[in-house]
Amino acid sequence: MSTTVETPEKLVTREETKTETSWPWSLWARQTLAILRLEIKKNFLSRRALLLYLLASLPLALLGLLALIPPDADEFRDFSALNVVFAAIYNGLILRTLLFFGCAWVFMNLFRGEVVDRSLHYYFLAPVRREVLVVGKYLSGLTATAVVFSVTTLGSMILLLFRHTPAESSRYFFDGPGLEQALTYVGITVLACVGYGAVFLIVGLFFRNPIIPALVLYGWEWINFLLPPMLKKVSVIHYLQSLAPVPIPDSPFAVLAEPTPAWISVPSLFIFTAVILVLAGLHIRRMEISYAGE
Amino acid sequence: MTTTAAAAAIAPASMIVFDDVSKFYGEILGVNRVNLRIAPGITSLVGPNGSGKTTLMNLMTGLLRPTRGRLSVLGTRPDQPEELFRKVGYCSQFDSFPRGATGRDLIEFYLTVHGHSRADVRELTQAAIDRVSMNEAADRKVAGYSKGMRQRIRLAQSIAHGPQVLILDEPLNGLDPMARAEIIRLFRQLADEGLYLIISSHILHEVDMMSDSVILLHNGYVVAEGDVHGVRDEIVEQPMQILIRCDRPQYLAARLFEQEHTVEARIHEDRQGLFVKTRRPDDFYLSLNRIVTESGLAIESVAPADDDLSAVYQYLISSDGGVVR
Repeated sequence: MSTTVETPEKLVTREETKTETSWPWSLWARQTLAILRLEIKKNFLSRRALLLYLLASLPLALLGLLALIPPDADEFRDFSALNVVFAAIYNGLILRTLLFFGCAWVFMNLFRGEVVDRSLHYYFLAPVRREVLVVGKYLSGLTATAVVFSVTTLGSMILLLFRHTPAESSRYFFDGPGLEQALTYVGITVLACVGYGAVFLIVGLFFRNPIIPALVLYGWEWINFLLPPMLKKVSVIHYLQSLAPVPIPDSPFAVLAEPTPAWISVPSLFIFTAVILVLAGLHIRRMEISYAGE
Repeated sequence: MTTTAAAAAIAPASMIVFDDVSKFYGEILGVNRVNLRIAPGITSLVGPNGSGKTTLMNLMTGLLRPTRGRLSVLGTRPDQPEELFRKVGYCSQFDSFPRGATGRDLIEFYLTVHGHSRADVRELTQAAIDRVSMNEAADRKVAGYSKGMRQRIRLAQSIAHGPQVLILDEPLNGLDPMARAEIIRLFRQLADEGLYLIISSHILHEVDMMSDSVILLHNGYVVAEGDVHGVRDEIVEQPMQILIRCDRPQYLAARLFEQEHTVEARIHEDRQGLFVKTRRPDDFYLSLNRIVTESGLAIESVAPADDDLSAVYQYLISSDGGVVR
């Protein structure tokens, strides 16, 4: 056993001096960054990340297969038809299903996963405001899902359009509005991660088994087209759909509603997210750790 | 310094204070109506499993919230982690670690979240690792550690930021005898530096050896607090037992039985001494002096036989119970 008795008083005193101000924003920022760094590593490299990669790679695998064995259908030779096919794949498969469940997996595990692993106390025993912890963890989940699903979105687009109609696609992307459209899809993907991320973060905080509420939410988002205009607005997908650069044909059963303009839908999503994060912060402030029964 | 003696002299902002604190887990009692003032030094929480030791520690560190009452640690409420954990280090019993982390990672992670710069993190981490003698294993994965090594690395993590209060839940569990002695020495060293050490244990002789004061818990209630000998003196219902080593134990037993305060006198198995139970120790010692002077008895030793923690605890929780004045 070492008999060294030096204590890091000097360093602690320095640290305490830094936090004496009533609103230590710089300390909070450093702590948020520290949490973000640690959590990003977990979100990208842990075993849990495998499901995220699996979900995100499904459309790439599917479209890769179609690129290798092109179907003998007219839509796959017509650029404008392919553009609508991509819009349908993006809306139905990527946005509503894979991104939805990818966000559910990542964000619900931010806290729930730590409770299951019995490791949340490491954060709770640090001199960090629990609200800072919420923000740091949320940003880490957002970074992971936004990066992974943006790659999926762009990759799917490239695989579908460039493989089947290379000449038109090149013109469209490099001389036409294609690049802007691709960036819009990526923007929708990021916004979806912002909105769904906040929802699933709080679901993971409130529910011991968050699978059921996730499925209920999934159903709610899917039947959005059947809902009356007022209820449509109580969903994330409504705001995202109204931003889509290529509209997809409405279902014959759809209840039609005016799309919400971007200048309303984008800030609305951010306000909604901020409110959810505040609620999560209030909840976690009172949270107790009892791993019994997990 | 004892809990009670020091409490009167120290301001609440310099103590760990429990004011009528209760914690219920639904219908189940965790701790009930706890009133404590804990001063610097080593204070041990003693009691069997389920007596409320870990609940008290989790309440102090904000991992649990009291159902009723208030508590503060050196003037800080446990629901203010941003202030509390600059003063407090907690070596919990949770035996889980982030996957793939090395011992060094674990401490660095903790200090990074504190908001320290990278250079400070490295410096403080190394100092903590040195202090618990984990240099050789610090860069190995915690998953491969023995129980004793995990215990040490948790201890290193809890002292790394230089806390004033160190809360240690069964810190000696899993350590071999040599390591136990070393860790106890470290605790003593930290206490001598002026730290508050709150240690839970159910190994009574170790607690007896290292503690400045004890808090005895049973079924969620504090049954006694103070230094062990003080607590024993206050148990008025249980006669004090004293072992006297002498050359004529039968004679001494007969003489002592003449005294009103003697409850029992029993010859030791080796017939080289006797156990005496008395309700009034002061009167007993006066009588013993008188008998020795009158008879010329050769006394080898006189020592209390039941003021160790184990005996005190047994008295306090036995069905007939001990009454603390």
